[in-house]
Amino acid sequence: MVNTESEITLLVDGAPRRLTVDNRVTLLDALRDRLGVTSPKKGCDHGQCGACTVLLDGRRVTTCLTFAVACDGAEVTTSAGLAVDGRLHPLHQAFLDHDGFQCGYCTPGQICSAAGVLDEARAGWPSAVTADVRTTPSLGEEEIRERMSGNLCRCGAYVNIVAAISEVAGKGEAGP
Amino acid sequence: MIPFDYRRADDVDSAVATVTGNPAAAFLGGGTNLVDHMKLGIAGPELLVDVTHLPFDRVEELPDGGLRIGANVRNSDLAAHPLVRERYPALAQAVLAGASGQLRNLATTGGNLLQRTRCVYFQDVTTPCNKRTPGEGCAALHGYTRYHAVLGASRHCVAVHPSDLAVALTALDAVVRVRRADGERTVRASALHRLPGAHPERDTVLEHGELITAVDLPPLPLAANSRYRKVRDRASYAFALVSVAAALDVADGRVRDVRLALGGVAHKPWHATLAEHVLRGGPTTVDAFNAAADAELAEAQPLPDNGFKLKLARNLIVSVLRALAGEDTR
Amino acid sequence: MTGLLEPRSVGADRERVDGAAKVTGTAPYAYEQPVPNPAYLHPVQATIARGEVTDVRTGDATALDGVLAVLTPFDAPRLETGRDAELEILQSPEVHFRGQLIGAVVAETPEIARQAADLVRVSYARSDHDVSLSADHPGLYRPDEVNAGGETDTRQGDPDGAFAGAARTVEATYTTPMYHNNPLEPHTTVASWDSSGLTIYDSTQGVHSMRQVVASTFGIDESGIRVVAPYVGGGFGSKGTPHANIVLTVLAAKRMAGRPVKYALTRQQMFSFVGYRTPTIQRVRLGADEHGRLVSLSNDVVEQTSRIKEYAEQSGEPARKLYAAPNRRTTHRLAPLDVPVPSWMRAPGECPGMFAPEVAMDELAQACGLDPIELRVRNEPETDPGSGLPFSSRNLVACLREGARRFGWDTRPRPARSTLEDGWWVGTGVASSAYPVHQSPGSSTATVRFTAARRYEVRIGAVDIGTGAWTALTQIAADALDVPFEDVDLRIGDTGLPAAAVAGGSSGITNWGWAIVEAARVFREKFGADPSPGDERTATQPENPNTERYAMSAYGAQFAEVRVDAYTGEIRVPRLLGVFAAGRIVNPRTARSQLVGGMTMGLSMALHEESVTDERFGFVVNHDLAEYHIAACADVRRIEAHWLDEHDPYVNPMGTKGIGEIGIVGTAAAIANAAYHATGVRVRDLPITADKFL
Repeated sequence: MVNTESEITLLVDGAPRRLTVDNRVTLLDALRDRLGVTSPKKGCDHGQCGACTVLLDGRRVTTCLTFAVACDGAEVTTSAGLAVDGRLHPLHQAFLDHDGFQCGYCTPGQICSAAGVLDEARAGWPSAVTADVRTTPSLGEEEIRERMSGNLCRCGAYVNIVAAISEVAGKGEAGP
Repeated sequence: MIPFDYRRADDVDSAVATVTGNPAAAFLGGGTNLVDHMKLGIAGPELLVDVTHLPFDRVEELPDGGLRIGANVRNSDLAAHPLVRERYPALAQAVLAGASGQLRNLATTGGNLLQRTRCVYFQDVTTPCNKRTPGEGCAALHGYTRYHAVLGASRHCVAVHPSDLAVALTALDAVVRVRRADGERTVRASALHRLPGAHPERDTVLEHGELITAVDLPPLPLAANSRYRKVRDRASYAFALVSVAAALDVADGRVRDVRLALGGVAHKPWHATLAEHVLRGGPTTVDAFNAAADAELAEAQPLPDNGFKLKLARNLIVSVLRALAGEDTR
Repeated sequence: MTGLLEPRSVGADRERVDGAAKVTGTAPYAYEQPVPNPAYLHPVQATIARGEVTDVRTGDATALDGVLAVLTPFDAPRLETGRDAELEILQSPEVHFRGQLIGAVVAETPEIARQAADLVRVSYARSDHDVSLSADHPGLYRPDEVNAGGETDTRQGDPDGAFAGAARTVEATYTTPMYHNNPLEPHTTVASWDSSGLTIYDSTQGVHSMRQVVASTFGIDESGIRVVAPYVGGGFGSKGTPHANIVLTVLAAKRMAGRPVKYALTRQQMFSFVGYRTPTIQRVRLGADEHGRLVSLSNDVVEQTSRIKEYAEQSGEPARKLYAAPNRRTTHRLAPLDVPVPSWMRAPGECPGMFAPEVAMDELAQACGLDPIELRVRNEPETDPGSGLPFSSRNLVACLREGARRFGWDTRPRPARSTLEDGWWVGTGVASSAYPVHQSPGSSTATVRFTAARRYEVRIGAVDIGTGAWTALTQIAADALDVPFEDVDLRIGDTGLPAAAVAGGSSGITNWGWAIVEAARVFREKFGADPSPGDERTATQPENPNTERYAMSAYGAQFAEVRVDAYTGEIRVPRLLGVFAAGRIVNPRTARSQLVGGMTMGLSMALHEESVTDERFGFVVNHDLAEYHIAACADVRRIEAHWLDEHDPYVNPMGTKGIGEIGIVGTAAAIANAAYHATGVRVRDLPITADKFL
C-alpha cells in the first residue's frame, strides 16, 4: 500500500511532539512550518549555508536535507533549546559579548554548529587543517575556522564568531 | 517533488528485493545528495527505502590487516576512526576535505560514493543534460566549464565526479562490496564509476537495486605515507577544481611503490596509472615527478574555461609527491 | 550647526538590544510572523530570455489536492501600469528576461505548491535575446543620470591631451563581474488582504518606501496598508527597493481574499529577480608628472541595464573626487540587455568604481618608483575635486598613515615577487576607501512619548537589517533626551510608526538619528525635564544647510597581506587591516562589526564571487551557494578595523558619517595590489582565483 504520509514523534528542545507529515517534508520544514519551531533558519534549502543546523541526537546536522519521516524518534536541539530555563548557553553569551552576528539569520545555526564543534573537538576528531590526522588536534583558531566553514555568514561576522567560540573552547579546556 | 512512500528497511535482503522489484524505488542513505536532487526535480522516486538503520555502521579490522568500512558509517566517523587515521591518512584527509561538518555527520560512506555530479546544467532541469535525460544534449559542452572534465570526457557529457572519498579509495586499492538480489559481488573502487561515453546517465557500474554494503581497504603499508590535497575556489566547503590522492614508498632515493589518483578532472576518480608506471623504480626528483604528471595528462583535452586544470593538476601532483618524499626529494 | 550632541550613551560599547533574541533564534523574521492558516506560494518562472507566453496550461496543477489558486499572465488581478516595469508582472504575456515571474501556485502546503508549479505547462513564442555585455556593445547609450542622482559624464580640462603629455602613465581595462547580494535570509513576503486592509510582513530595508510602492502598484491608498519588518536577515541593498516577489505575493493575497499567503524565495530564485550588481568594464587612464602628481585621470565605465527599466550604477564616482587632478573625465555607458534589472548592492558604484582606479594607482606608483602611500599623499586635494567645495572633514591621509603604522607597512620590501615563505609568495597592498555622506532631509520622522511607566518610547519606522540600528538609535535617543539608555524603549520596523527613510546609502543613523534628536528637542522644549505620562512630540529631520557648503564623505585606508601558493596558485588573505575616518562612532561594538563585515564582503568579492551568465540561455547558471561562492569562515583570518576620532560639526547633530558601506570600498583593490606584490602578476579582472597565477 502506498502511503505518502507518516505519523512521527520528535523530541524538540525537550518536548515530545507528535505530528503527521507528508513524507516530502524536510526536518527543517517540519520544525518551522508544522511545529512553529523557527530557531533553525532556511537560507538555501540545499545544505549549502548551514543556517538550518541543529543538534540531531546530539550531532550537528543540516535539517534541510533530511526528511522528517526519516527522523522519527529523534531528539532535536535548536539554539533556542540550548538556553535552559531562560538562561543563555555560554556560546550565546560569547556571541553577544563578541558581537558574533549582525542580521542574526545565520546565528542559531552558527551556535548549534559551534556546540557540535566543541563536542567533536572533545572527542578528538581531526579536521581538514589538522597537519597530521594521526594526532589529536587542539581547537585553535585555524581549526575553528575550518570546522565552522559549513555555516555561511553574509554579514561577515566570522572574525567575531571565531573569537566567541575560542573563548568558550578555552574555558572548556581550563574548566573545573 | 512528487509524493512518495517511505519505508525503513530492517534487513538488507528485503531492502534489496524491494528496490530491485520497483524501478521507481530508491535507497535513502544520509540524504544529502538524494534529497537535494528530489527538490531540484532531478530525481523523482515513488518509494524511498531508508537503509540507514541496516547494521553496516561499523569500521572493522579484517584478519589480513585491512579495514572494512560499513556503508552506513557516517563520513565524520570514518574520518575520526583511529585506524583510518593511522593507516590511511589520505582517506581521512579526503573525507575531511569534503562538504562541511554538518553534512559529514549525515552523509554515509556508500552515499558519498554514489553522489552525482555538481555540473550546473545537470542541476538545473531547465537546461538540456544527457545525464539527466539521455538524448537531450549536453549544455555544458559549450557552456560554463570551469569545473568540468579534462580527461576521459565525451561529447555527450563533460561532467566530473565530485566525491573526494572516492578519489582516495581509488588510490588505496579499495574494493566495494555490493549486495544484489541474487547474492553479493565486489567491484574495485577504481572500476565503480564509469566514463560517460554515450551513456552518461549511468554514473557507476551498479545496477538498479544493487546496494553498497561496505568498502574494504586492503592492507597497504605505503598508505601510511599518503596524502590528499584538494584545490578549490574557497578555502573550505567547496568542490574541487583538482585534487590528488597519493601514497608513496621511497627507498634509497627511488620510488619503490606509489598510488596516485586525481579528482575534479574526469567523470570518475582518475586512477593515474600512467604516472604510477613512470614513477615506479624512478628517482624521487622533481623532474621525475613532472615527467610522471605529464605522462598522465598527455591525453587531456581541456575545455574553453578549464585549460588551467592541466597545469594545476601537474603542479599539484608534483607538490604532493614532494611532500610525501620529504627529505628524499632530490 | 551649533554643536554636536553631548555623547554619554553614544560612544559606549553596547551589546545589541535584540541580541538575545537573535542568538537563540527567537526573533521573528518575516516568514516566522504568526499568521492564521497560511497558504503557500510557489512561482512559475520564464524559461526563455525574451519573447511571449502564448499559452499556460494549469489543468494538472489545479487538479492536485490542496491547490488553492493558480495565477497566470492571462488571469491575474490587474495592476496600475506604466510606472515600474520591473514590478508590473503578470500584466502581459511578454517575457523580458529568463527567470521572470510569469505565474504562481497557491496551495495548502509548500510541498504541494512547488509540485503544482512544476505541473504548470507554459508555451512560448521565442525571440532572439541578448545578454552579453561588452565594451563595444552596439547598443551602448548614455543614461540621463546615474544612481543617486549623479551626473552621467564629467569633464575638467583636457584629459586626453594631458594624458598624452604625461611623464608617467597607466592605461588599462579593469573588470568586475556580476554579483548577487545574497542576504542569508531569502526575500520573504507574508501578505494578507482582508476587509480591514492589507498587512504585509516583509524582509525589507524600508517599510514606508515599500508601502508607497505597493500602494501605487495596486492603486490603493497607503492608509489601507501596513508593512511590518522588525527583524531582517540582511539585505545589502537587494531589499532596499521592492522587487517583483512582493507584487506576486500581494496579487495572490488579493486572490485569496483574506487568507494569508507566504512566499519565501528559494536560493536559486535569489539570482533571478531581486537585483544584483552589474558587471563593469572600466577603462582607466592615469597620467602623472615625474613626481607622481596626477595631471590626468579618467575612468570610462561600461555597464549593463535591463531593457525594461534603467539602472545606472555610478561606478565613475570615485574617480571624480578621490584625488587631485587638473584634467579629468568620467563617463558611464549602458548596454540595455534582456536581463533582470540591476539594482543596489552594498556601496553601489563606489565599490566597483574604487577597484579600478585604486589598482591603477598601484600601477602608477610602480611606474613612478614611488611607495603607493606616498603617491596617494602627493595627490591629496585641498578641496573636493568634483564640486570644488571644502571638505566638512577629510582624513584620508591620516588613515593611510595610521594604517601604515599599525600594519607595519614600512617593513615591506619594494619589489614585487620578492618574498617566498614555506612555498607561498607573500605580499602586501594598500588601497583607499571613501563613501559619501548621504542624507535625505524630511524623509524621517520620529515621535517621543513619555509613558505611564515613566519611560520614553521612541517611535520611528526605521529597519535594522543587521546594522545595529536597534541599539544605536536607542543610544542616540538616550543622549538626545538626556536620560539613561535603559529608560528608552525604541519601536521600529512598522508603518504604524512615523515614516522613515530606507536603510540604505549608509544613511540610516543620519536620517533616523537626526529625526530622533529633533523629536527629543521639541519634546524637551515643550515638556521640560519632568514630563507627564502621555506627553508626546513628533518631529521631522530638518534640512542641513551645510550640504550646500561642504563636501561630506567618510574615508579609509585598507591594507592586505596576501599569500599565493607557488605551486597551485591558491590565494589566501591572512590579514586585512582598515583604518577609517567616519565621524563619530555611536556603538564601537556594532560599528566594528559593520566595518569588518564590509571588509569581509570585500574579501569575498576579491577572491570568490562571480555570477556566471550563460549567454545561450540568458541566466546565471551558478545560482546557488555551492556554486556562487561567498567567503566561508576558513577564508577569513585576521581582520582589524580601527577608526580615527573625527569631529565633524557639519554632517548632522550626531556627528556621524555612516559606516555600513565604506568597509567594502577598496578592499578588493588592496587585495589585488597585495597579490601583485606577492607574485608579480597583475590581476585586473575579478575574482582573483588560483588559475590566474599558474
